[in-house]
Amino acid sequence: MNAIDPYAGERLKTSPFHPRQRALNVRDAWTSWNGYQFALHYYDAEYEYFCIRNACATYDISPMQKYEIRGRDAEAMLNRMVTRDVAKIKPNRVAYCVWCTDAGRVIDDGTIFKLAGDRFMLTCGSPCAAWLEKSAFGFAEVQVTDLSDALAALSLQGPTSGAVLKKLGLNGVENAKPFDIQHFSFHCHELRVSRTGFTGDLGYELWIQPDLALELWDELYAAGEHHGIHPYGEAATNMARLEAGFIMPGMEFNEALKTVRFEHDQTPFELNLGWLVDFSKPHFSGRRALLAEQERGPRYTLTKLDIEGNRPAEDARIYANKRCTKEVGYVTSAMWSPAVKANIALAMIETEHAQGELWAEIHYEKELRQYSRVVRCQRKDQPFWAPARAKATPPPDC
Amino acid sequence: MRYDAIVIGAGHNGLVCAAYLGRAGRRVLVLEAAEAPGGLAADREFIPGFHASIAHSLSHFSAKVATDLKLGTHGFGELKQRLPTVGLRLGGEHLVLEGDALAGVGADDATAYGDHQKRMRRFAAALDPFWFKTMPRIGSAKPADVRTFAHLGLNLRRMGKDDMREFLRVAPLPIRDLMDEHFADGALKAVLSWDALIGAKLAPRSPNGAVLAMLYRMAEASRGMHSIPLGSVPSLIESLRRSAAAFGAEIRCAAEVSRILVEGGANDLAAKGVQLADGERLDADCVVSATDPKRTFLDLVGVRFLDIGFTNRIRRLRCDGYVAKLHLALDGLPEFDGLERPRGRLIAAPDMDAIEFAFDDAKHGGLPARPVLEMVVPSLEDASLAPPGRQVLSAHVLYVPYRLQGGWTDAARERMRERAIDAIAQYAPRIRDQIIHSEFLTPADLEREHRVTGGHWHHVEFALDQLLMMRPTYEAAQYSTPIPGLHLCGAGCHPGGDLTGAPGHNAAQEILQ
Repeated sequence: MNAIDPYAGERLKTSPFHPRQRALNVRDAWTSWNGYQFALHYYDAEYEYFCIRNACATYDISPMQKYEIRGRDAEAMLNRMVTRDVAKIKPNRVAYCVWCTDAGRVIDDGTIFKLAGDRFMLTCGSPCAAWLEKSAFGFAEVQVTDLSDALAALSLQGPTSGAVLKKLGLNGVENAKPFDIQHFSFHCHELRVSRTGFTGDLGYELWIQPDLALELWDELYAAGEHHGIHPYGEAATNMARLEAGFIMPGMEFNEALKTVRFEHDQTPFELNLGWLVDFSKPHFSGRRALLAEQERGPRYTLTKLDIEGNRPAEDARIYANKRCTKEVGYVTSAMWSPAVKANIALAMIETEHAQGELWAEIHYEKELRQYSRVVRCQRKDQPFWAPARAKATPPPDC
Repeated sequence: MRYDAIVIGAGHNGLVCAAYLGRAGRRVLVLEAAEAPGGLAADREFIPGFHASIAHSLSHFSAKVATDLKLGTHGFGELKQRLPTVGLRLGGEHLVLEGDALAGVGADDATAYGDHQKRMRRFAAALDPFWFKTMPRIGSAKPADVRTFAHLGLNLRRMGKDDMREFLRVAPLPIRDLMDEHFADGALKAVLSWDALIGAKLAPRSPNGAVLAMLYRMAEASRGMHSIPLGSVPSLIESLRRSAAAFGAEIRCAAEVSRILVEGGANDLAAKGVQLADGERLDADCVVSATDPKRTFLDLVGVRFLDIGFTNRIRRLRCDGYVAKLHLALDGLPEFDGLERPRGRLIAAPDMDAIEFAFDDAKHGGLPARPVLEMVVPSLEDASLAPPGRQVLSAHVLYVPYRLQGGWTDAARERMRERAIDAIAQYAPRIRDQIIHSEFLTPADLEREHRVTGGHWHHVEFALDQLLMMRPTYEAAQYSTPIPGLHLCGAGCHPGGDLTGAPGHNAAQEILQ
């Protein structure tokens, strides 16, 4: 019997790496990302997190949105869209960027890959085609192509990741500096490798045409067999990125184009990303609003907190005093950090109170009973986790 | 040589703005791409000896502007001679509207007309002050902005409860509903809807700003009656040109601006002047654009200097014109059945369905099978427009789409010209024999010849979403723009199009503040 699937077209798509990932997902723990079936974890989130920190692990970033922007006006178009100076990105380099509404509120963050003078790739977490179309309007020579389904991508992160790639036969990969792009031949086709990632550790991202995805996976896992290679899912990613101090949409910021309530979205300054805003470059969208904000100071500042005790401060409110009479902010992400051995969090704090005393009111549950406690928070100015190997070239063991 | 202000475009609003700036002692240069000033009101000798202008009558040109700028002493004739409006009927039993007098309809309609007209005049009077005010910026707490809001509220309240309710009810109404409520005669309804619709992408059944457009056209003492000034419409332009020049403004024609120069340090970019098509650079402390917003921002400034959201709003402004223009050079007085002298505005639209059906064809990008028209014979008011014994007939032809399916071709233009002449011939059967020469201008032709996007009379559709503090769009609605030193003063600004001088006047007040 050939039953017609009444939900055809609504079912989640699967990534080019899916056959291998399905086999390894012993918990059948799936979530979704941009319409793709996506692993929440494979075996155990914490185990996968330790793979990232102590060996190496792969994360399927194929569902990420990828756009090629090419043409004589590509650089000018991107430079007007993002707050960073795209003209300063050298060929075969990657730059982390944010882009904003006219009011200077963050639409999304992502990376720009400069592949050639007139050829770029933009990657981001959420679909961005409509904004790119608006951004490209008025530029005579620029074409935007959505590569999201046309390019498979796998992130390989962790201290042994460089060694694994070397063993895979990518000679010279050890020379790649952070944010470098390299090109290798893989089965006579291009394998693009960027020294980028979302874990704050040594790591690479591999970009390959979808029909070679499984070959890449198999050869990578063969090369990594004795280097502890393991797949990781969304849960472990979220732990690693928080230790690195990276922001996540839906956690630290609400995408401006999806925000209904007035100023429930964020500006780059509020997200502590002022370093991404370059007022010395030509006009960009949101410039006037951001300039004004820079002058008066952001209302909130995303702040790294080291919190007393070991109870993760999830959803906690932040106060300026222990009696909790003066509320000054809220926690966006929180966890017990195994690598740092600290109770860490990111929190949005009203800027005028960010330098003062900070207290978190933490609610937690023990066997169905609710408890709360108020604990002192310490402000941190550096990422919680920033090992030297993340920046070393060549990396250790290469 | 550095100017205080450069005005782009010597249409009537550009000239009005320049004259006010000059009057205040500013050193002003007006740049006009065409050979002569005037824009859509310029004189057009469409064949030697015969003159017309795209805009062929005046209804609510500002008396304040005329007085302030001393247009009378510069040759602008009195407007006391109102034109009757004639609703043409097959067979010659036409209806004639002249001031408060209405002839050619039944007693019920005549009574209803009086009541309707009085009510509309009360509404129009309540709105009068706002055509000459900068609209408040949304979210602004500036005293002037709050006062304007309060004034509007007070004026509405002062109309009394019944009128206020009625005003709020009818303001966004399709004009057909308003007409059907009050009148029975088809031709009367067509004639009374005419000024609510002409120039817009609206038909009798379209909800939106039709009633407001009608009330806008009832501004000033004429209260909706049209007239042709002494020396025809271009005489207004000539008087404005002289006035601006007398106030010290310099006017250069055949000087097409190719770029508005946005320059300065990274954090203080501002409009610093313009570059002409021939490469010449002219510097000024501010640039005032009387051209339409799309042309101003997308072509002359360029998107690189604009935010993406703002650019997108400008890009989506609705600017497609739906009015074509027909000029006929005639060997004598056109002979309309039942009219001894074809004086006045002759409306060739038998009923509102005729208007609606013509619109239906056009809104899908087609040519109307049976166009509806407004005609005047301007040479009856000013004999110098045609050689002795000859006449000029000028007609607005509705609805002719700017975006014709398959694009405009000579053949398509020819077909439309013939249909328009056929429509006239229904009422003036001998017209074809009288034609010496004809000229037919589609909205696409108007765009090309007059550099106005979409060939739209009002630069930007006169619609609820593009009116008041939304005209042409927020952040550009107070005659200023996101770019310091760049101002707008054309029909794309509040209060809107037609020959009023109000946008030019209001822009000058803002610039002079």
